[in-house]
Amino acid sequence: MLTIGEKTFRSRLMLGTGKYPSFAVQKEAVAASETEILTFAVRRMDIFDKDEPNLLEELDLEKYSLLPNTAGAKTAEEAVRIARLARASGLCDMIKVEVIGCDKTLLPDPFETMKASVQLLEEGFTVLTYTSDDVVLAKRLEEAGIHAIMPGASPIGSGRGIINEMNLQFIIEQSEIPVIVDAGIGSPKDAAHAMELGADGVLLNTAVSGAEDPVKMAEAMKLAIQAGRLGYEAGRIEKKEYGIQSSPESGLVT
Amino acid sequence: MNIHLNGKSIDLPGNVTTVSDLLDSYDIKKKISVVEHNKEIVPKGNYEQTTLADGDRIEIVHFVGGG
Repeated sequence: MLTIGEKTFRSRLMLGTGKYPSFAVQKEAVAASETEILTFAVRRMDIFDKDEPNLLEELDLEKYSLLPNTAGAKTAEEAVRIARLARASGLCDMIKVEVIGCDKTLLPDPFETMKASVQLLEEGFTVLTYTSDDVVLAKRLEEAGIHAIMPGASPIGSGRGIINEMNLQFIIEQSEIPVIVDAGIGSPKDAAHAMELGADGVLLNTAVSGAEDPVKMAEAMKLAIQAGRLGYEAGRIEKKEYGIQSSPESGLVT
Repeated sequence: MNIHLNGKSIDLPGNVTTVSDLLDSYDIKKKISVVEHNKEIVPKGNYEQTTLADGDRIEIVHFVGGG
């Protein structure tokens, strides 16, 4: 079970809702993933098109916890504004703090991220903070009181998987709050990798929405995360330099 | 009356004087949305009391797909 703030979840997969080929495919993918947490962005409504479809209206909101993000914010002030708007919907009190500091790499701005997180904690939000794989920043954010830390595996949408396993390992080892590996997951292998390192969960979007078959990939990610978690709990063998037989040497027919 | 609505300059008809009227005029009252009036969030229960004035800045936002 994964506990974040006051909520507990059976699924360790958080699924983003951006860039699916269609609503129909998206709904099926969400169901196949068995996720309980869906992320959203906050944007201006196209008020001149009242028939603009909206995913929220198609979902059974009893079944999912919503995790709005502050994507689009480049300063703490902008992130706080977006978070307040999200909460005013009355649908959620969790917020994924995401303050981008570099348009090219989409890596977060650590200073503004910290400032926004602290402000939102003061305002009573359940704060999940997206960061790079910076070990010290993760610690400082935890000390500030955030409810979960979300280090990126690699840049958002890059699909490059875990590029700094050592830093992620350090973050996981030091954290007493949940660690959700967010961003950069490309394939089920990457998701399993994160879970085997001991992450408490994985947040992904493009890996599913951009797959050739998003529904199948959603299921693959669900299974990879379950397998990775089980493997972590089971405790893997140590790596050795040379081969060691698994069949007995005694009793060999000669 | 002229307001800035989601970044656009809009001339409102005379019968639109509150946030509630505004949402009705675009037929979006039933949608899941949040309204900001001059950078202050308008609680859902206050739509009828919140009157609009010339030059007001209104943002109507909602949730869209994102990661």
